[in-house]
Amino acid sequence: MPERIADALRWLGKRVNDRLWRLGFASRFFVMTLLYSGTAMRRFFLTVREIYFTGVLSLIIILVSGLFVGMVLGLQGYDTLQRYGSSEALGVLVALSLVRELGPVVAALLFASRAGSAITAEIGLMKATEQLSAMEMMAVNPIARVVAPRFWAGVISMPMLAALFSAMGVFGGYLVGVQLIGVDEGSFWSQMQASVDFREDVMNGVIKSFVFGVIVSWIAVFEGYDAEPTAEGVSGATTRTVVTSSLAILAADFILTALMFRGA
Amino acid sequence: MSVESQPEPLVELTNVNFAYDRRPILTGINMKIPRGKVVAIMGISGGGKTTTLRLIGGQLKASSGQVTVGGQDVAGLDSGGLYRLRRRMGMLFQFGALFTDMSVYENVAFQMREHTDLPDDMIHDLVMMKLEAVGLRGVAHLMPSELSGGMARRVALARAIALDPMLMMYDEPFAGLDPISLSIIGDLIRSLNDALGASSIIVTHDVQESMKIVDYIYFVSEGKIVAEGTVDDIRNSDAPYVHQFVWGEADGPVAFHYPSRTYGEEIHTVAGHA
Repeated sequence: MPERIADALRWLGKRVNDRLWRLGFASRFFVMTLLYSGTAMRRFFLTVREIYFTGVLSLIIILVSGLFVGMVLGLQGYDTLQRYGSSEALGVLVALSLVRELGPVVAALLFASRAGSAITAEIGLMKATEQLSAMEMMAVNPIARVVAPRFWAGVISMPMLAALFSAMGVFGGYLVGVQLIGVDEGSFWSQMQASVDFREDVMNGVIKSFVFGVIVSWIAVFEGYDAEPTAEGVSGATTRTVVTSSLAILAADFILTALMFRGA
Repeated sequence: MSVESQPEPLVELTNVNFAYDRRPILTGINMKIPRGKVVAIMGISGGGKTTTLRLIGGQLKASSGQVTVGGQDVAGLDSGGLYRLRRRMGMLFQFGALFTDMSVYENVAFQMREHTDLPDDMIHDLVMMKLEAVGLRGVAHLMPSELSGGMARRVALARAIALDPMLMMYDEPFAGLDPISLSIIGDLIRSLNDALGASSIIVTHDVQESMKIVDYIYFVSEGKIVAEGTVDDIRNSDAPYVHQFVWGEADGPVAFHYPSRTYGEEIHTVAGHA
């Protein structure tokens, strides 16, 4: 019996140790990425090219999802609000839900599965096919040339995608609430304008989406760079990117919300 | 001509040991790559050949012993020094390792764009010159996925010689090629070496093809050098390992059977379980 307990403890210790080691490695990798970001900034076309792949190509899924989330909010919000006779507050409800929460969070979740997984798979396959080694042997640092532009592209794209998601969502809410159900158009927009605070709501949403952008991009480039250079390894790393970044987004969202809106 | 008679080799490995964790990969390796020569490192897969290349390129550090390239101790260089040294090395990876998101032209131009401030028209002329050397000027606009295996290898070769390296390293350059591509690559390795005035190291297990083009051969087995000599020395060698390798015999010092219990024991145990 004592041996079994010892074994279990040993197993637990090893798991914790491994995780900590990997977290430390990921942190060092993050610092290295920041340190070697000079190339990505100096030769900004490298980053712009990646913004196209991560940001522009994610537009369809972000815009369509935003529209539908907004339309659903319109339906659900109207249903609840009209019970209290305040259906003209629909604009406020839709806008605040999107700008504060759903925009940054849902856009980040979609971004992690659409762009994050692609970044991981691409870097992982570059590693598996020795392209990263080849680059090193050509005296070019792969962190500076491959990782940093992709990281910054993600960080830059994310707030813009979240903003577009929210905008589309508000439009979706308008379509359903005003055009379909018949909420008064004037109060829909004017209440929204009066109640959504630029600093409190919009800026906090932007800060959230920026933080999520850093988290998703960091996880995606790290998992790709650290992937086992085999087909199985790359597929595992891609899955880990989506799972880890989704959980990290939700956890970070809770912490940020608690910090931003306490007492508000 | 023996290697010892050459003055001041370009690459020298002295008493090099290397281990992954505690598993020894290379033990007591002594090797010299003279300037202007093409040297092959041969041996079965997993014998430590590629590790030797990685030590020379500074991607790995020897556990003990010294690796010098052009008189510089590779392990003693900081990353800046290592990168400066690597600019004078070219390496051809086993499957080419072309950048799949760039065209053939951009692949060959890669190092010129990264390391020089040359204007575009000059880069264009240089890229065409390098592609001409491997006979593939016509594919400049294609993507790597549109090339055959042999062509991809030749493009990778053009990319590796982009900055006229003093040392070329080839990791299994003949693996998986058809006979025509095989002899094209072989001829190119030799002719480029002589035209560039470079030195070349070929890691390979293709005996017949490499014997046509190399000056000197090292045989590596289980992390040790078991034989070395000129092509004629090796061909006439009666050392059992070399003989088995050169003539491709299935059994010999490198056993056909993976170590296991005896066949009788195995059958008996299974029968006992049934």
